[in-house]
Amino acid sequence: MKADNQDLPVDIMELQMGPSHPATHGTVKFNLKLEGEKVLDCDVELGFLHRGFDKSCEQATWTQVIPYTDRLNYASSLINNVGYALAVEKLIGAETPPRCQYIRVIISELARIFDHLTCCGMAASELGAITVGFYMIEARELITRIIENLTGARLTVTYVRIGGVKHDLPQDFAECVTQTFKTVRRLMDDCDRLLSRNRIFLDRMSNVGVISQETALSYCLSGPLLRSTGVEYDVRKTFPYLVYDQLDFEVPVGSKGDNYDRFLCRVGEIEQSMKIVEQAVAKLPVGPVWIDDPRFVLPEKEKVYGSIEGLMHHFKIIMEGIQVPAGETYFAVEGGNGELGFYIVSEGGGRPYRLRVRPPCFIAMGAFPEMIKGYMIADIIPTFGMINMIGGECDR
Amino acid sequence: MPDASPQVAFIQDKLGAKVVDIRSAQGDDVLILNRAGLRDSFLLLKQEPQLDLDFLSDITAVDYWEKKEPRFEVVYQILSRKKRQRLRIRVPVPENDPAVESLTPIWRGANFLEREVWDLYGIRFIDHPDLRRILLYDEFQGFPLRKDYPVNLCQPRVPERKVEGTFVDERSANKLLRLKKTLGIKN
Repeated sequence: MKADNQDLPVDIMELQMGPSHPATHGTVKFNLKLEGEKVLDCDVELGFLHRGFDKSCEQATWTQVIPYTDRLNYASSLINNVGYALAVEKLIGAETPPRCQYIRVIISELARIFDHLTCCGMAASELGAITVGFYMIEARELITRIIENLTGARLTVTYVRIGGVKHDLPQDFAECVTQTFKTVRRLMDDCDRLLSRNRIFLDRMSNVGVISQETALSYCLSGPLLRSTGVEYDVRKTFPYLVYDQLDFEVPVGSKGDNYDRFLCRVGEIEQSMKIVEQAVAKLPVGPVWIDDPRFVLPEKEKVYGSIEGLMHHFKIIMEGIQVPAGETYFAVEGGNGELGFYIVSEGGGRPYRLRVRPPCFIAMGAFPEMIKGYMIADIIPTFGMINMIGGECDR
Repeated sequence: MPDASPQVAFIQDKLGAKVVDIRSAQGDDVLILNRAGLRDSFLLLKQEPQLDLDFLSDITAVDYWEKKEPRFEVVYQILSRKKRQRLRIRVPVPENDPAVESLTPIWRGANFLEREVWDLYGIRFIDHPDLRRILLYDEFQGFPLRKDYPVNLCQPRVPERKVEGTFVDERSANKLLRLKKTLGIKN
């Protein structure tokens, strides 16, 4: 207690928030030290969803890892698929055909829209804007339908393969995207009108959870969290992969580094992602979606059932896994929450020797105490909401 | 050894004997550093304006059990946003003394990453402010990502931790006891 403090004297109270708290959509526990309602210190306890991703991957073949990557950030599983496939392809030294690269860009951006809609919608509804929550969930549902139409699954998609994608886009894909984006844009306009000048929303979001540029860099933050402080670091621009350098898009940046900036960055990115998808669909080249290399690609089903060579080929790839040469590599893509990197060590053979994911929201949780210190306990909800911690990726 | 990129050649010039080896893997620059004076090496890489490697991307480790000596390697990924360069730094760590200097004084984000490496590999970080387990619980025995840790090993369930100062209503325990008694369950 400071001597000049005129308030009633209060003891420091320790409060454990979580691990199952209705407003922390993810199992995470905060051990808080409170002075009244002010947060003095916060210790983040993670690992409630730890299931040994790295160890499991070391037991699986290279292809069997793809379903595991779905379960990392399940709000943007397609980006995880793409990132993993690109990392393995970098180790192999293979480059996929242009059509496959465009498809991968399209699905990455669809997943990014999905991710940001989840984050913003949930954060808004936790602050009482239930309508916005439902509007964004509706928009998300429309995106999910495109993904379902394309991959056959809604959340854990397992669509990308090493050396290609599972199958080509459906016939009506372009039309479907145009229709959906029309509705999504209308919904986003509605949300914008409901939120962007809403007094309650602004009071809860602006100047809360402020983090400076230097601190953000020191905490290794990436993605919307870093960009909200004004740092223009986006893996798609700084280290372009796939065909991002041929597409025209901007990276929204903030200035203050508070929750409202993070919200605006994410909403801005939804619009940019829609622009990217529209460009990519318009530019989509014709051609194969697989690399032409029988070492990594399964034979066609007619060959498998019609010839012994085809059957053996299929059997070898399924049972022994594709053979990846010895070496190590790191490849990063821009995930929904920031730089999603895959560090792979191969000793040759059909299984990874070591597979490490750089989880953007695990690193963001490291900066959470810094963001919340000195604010009210109620400010934890929007701050945590804008981090968009996904347990599957954070705890692996 | 393939031709070193200008970045790596420059670093080798600056760090001198601390660089054990330089490699190039799939177009990535890889530097193998001595663990002595590691923090100073990183500080130099971060502050040298010609390199501008100011962003720590990732810290992890690899266990080369019965494959390589020394057994462990701590792997750092750093990058320069302005120069658009990535650099991977590998630091060999022996099994009998698995410890490296912590980078938390340089990048505060290293805190969580190093805690994870400690948790899963048992590599200590000297001068780390708060080296506790992070993904696993405190009672966990061993380090699961080491290659000699069996995949299927089951660890016993740990009893509930008594947290000091926690409010517990004793009646709830009595209710459970009564229920157990009526159902005839021992303990």
